[in-house]
Amino acid sequence: MPEPVLELAEVNVFYGAVHALRGVSLRVNEGEVVSLIGGNGAGKTTTLATICGLLRPRSGLVTYRGADVRRTPTHVLVGQGLVMAPEGRGIFPNLTVEENLRLGAYTRRDKPAIAADLKRGFELFPRLAERRRQKGGTLSGGEQQMLSIARALMGRPKVLLLDEPSLGLAPLVTQAIFATIDQINKEGVTILLVEQNANIALKHSHRAYVLETGEVQFNGASTELRNDPRVKAAYLGEG
Amino acid sequence: MPRTLALLLAGVVACYGLNWFLSEFIEVVYVDYVNLIGLAIILAVGLNVVNGLTGQFSIGHAGFMAVGAFVGAMASILFTYGEIAAGPLAFAGLGSFLFCLLLSGLAAGALGVLVGAPALRLRGDYLAIATLGFGEITRILLTAQDSLGGPTGLKRIPKMPLLPGTETWDGGTSVFWIYLFVFLVVGLAVRLQRSTFGRAMIAIRENELAAETMGVPSARLKVVAFVFGAFFAGIAGALYAHYQHSVRPDDFTSVRSIEVIVMLVLGGLGSVTGAIAGAVVVTLLPQLLRPLEEAMGIDGLSMVVYALLLIVMMVFRPQGIFGQRELSLKLLRGLIPGRRGGKTP
Repeated sequence: MPEPVLELAEVNVFYGAVHALRGVSLRVNEGEVVSLIGGNGAGKTTTLATICGLLRPRSGLVTYRGADVRRTPTHVLVGQGLVMAPEGRGIFPNLTVEENLRLGAYTRRDKPAIAADLKRGFELFPRLAERRRQKGGTLSGGEQQMLSIARALMGRPKVLLLDEPSLGLAPLVTQAIFATIDQINKEGVTILLVEQNANIALKHSHRAYVLETGEVQFNGASTELRNDPRVKAAYLGEG
Repeated sequence: MPRTLALLLAGVVACYGLNWFLSEFIEVVYVDYVNLIGLAIILAVGLNVVNGLTGQFSIGHAGFMAVGAFVGAMASILFTYGEIAAGPLAFAGLGSFLFCLLLSGLAAGALGVLVGAPALRLRGDYLAIATLGFGEITRILLTAQDSLGGPTGLKRIPKMPLLPGTETWDGGTSVFWIYLFVFLVVGLAVRLQRSTFGRAMIAIRENELAAETMGVPSARLKVVAFVFGAFFAGIAGALYAHYQHSVRPDDFTSVRSIEVIVMLVLGGLGSVTGAIAGAVVVTLLPQLLRPLEEAMGIDGLSMVVYALLLIVMMVFRPQGIFGQRELSLKLLRGLIPGRRGGKTP
């Protein structure tokens, strides 16, 4: 069995009295794309927030590269290569595209490498290069999503957490974004992906977890889940 | 580094020149306005880092100013008249004055950490209320201190020290000292804004959660911004105390905090240029309106016009005079008709 780079074991998270995650266990192996699918309020975003230290679990373990990270602050985890592109893209609207990207490299001090990564980001998303000096808030939804991913990549992630990259995007734009996600993974970045669009998420991931009201319902290889009648009925809008 | 040093030297020379010019050619009444504007700029540019850049709405700025004023004044009095005046600390007036200023800045800055670390966990309205409370508590505590003169405050605060060649200046050297710190705070604020830290502060303002996920330690940076503002508010307080020769706790009511906020909002929250413009306008406007009041014979008219101007401003230009822009050659070029300056799309 391959080594998990990220692992959750029996994690329970509460918002006040609301039991948001009920004993969630999942693992992400080096080099994988794992997707986390489920409807509204299933706990997908909560799971990501817990992983990157924005929320503290009441019980259970969160390990990243073998270390317990339940009490590690977000900004420290970013420095260790666990980077999230937040839900709703989280663009800084009054900063330019380039300034947004440079903030992604906030924890880094290696100037030449940052410049190289900036160039790399513009190659990955040529649209961003065109809009380099434009303010983030003036970009279209798709461009903002590109910026969000490119910005997260500026932190040189080992594990990239993506929260709903397809949110509010046209199908063609979603296709393009997911093609880039495949490419990023091929270059060696492990990805944990949260999606409501189960169809596309299962197409572009190796394994998947299905979350429902804070609990993992099924998990397995994405190709298998796509043919699972229960998943088909509930999430793929078939049969 | 040598560039910074040269710039600093140029600043000192410019402040000296400004002081010389004003005391030679301008009436003392108007020099007073210039000084009040300078103090307002130090306050506004400092607070702009907190409210404008980092987006944390603090309305307790007068509290830090008060602490700086009383610490600086008390230290200065002790050095000049007190028992330690004869002791080893009785160094030259210039050194002790600078030491007192530094002390007041540090005291206010330290208080900034103490207040900021817990208060900056609050957001929006709650932070505003907490900082407002801090300002009022500070003032009331100062009023109750008999050792600091109680409600009547401190008197006989020494004058700002003279410089070589300034013996004949009847206005003294207050312009030099005040504008030296104007120069410092503006220089630091501009440099901060262009730095990675400054960009991270803007990121906190725009989207704190996203900033966190970029690895920005938002809690720490917010406290840094707060301390920056507090430090310079403390210095402004000490300069104010030395300038007025006396200081009372009631010089630092919440009205003064709000005045600084009006400067920021009027000038354009988040812009250093805006903060300076706001400081000039808010300080001068009531003075300029006074002749109008006298001519028409209606008392209090200037405050009515002043308030009306603010309302008109908020209706027609809610982003302030400068918005978030800075005064630059680009912006000036853009104002020349027939020529497109600034950003090309």
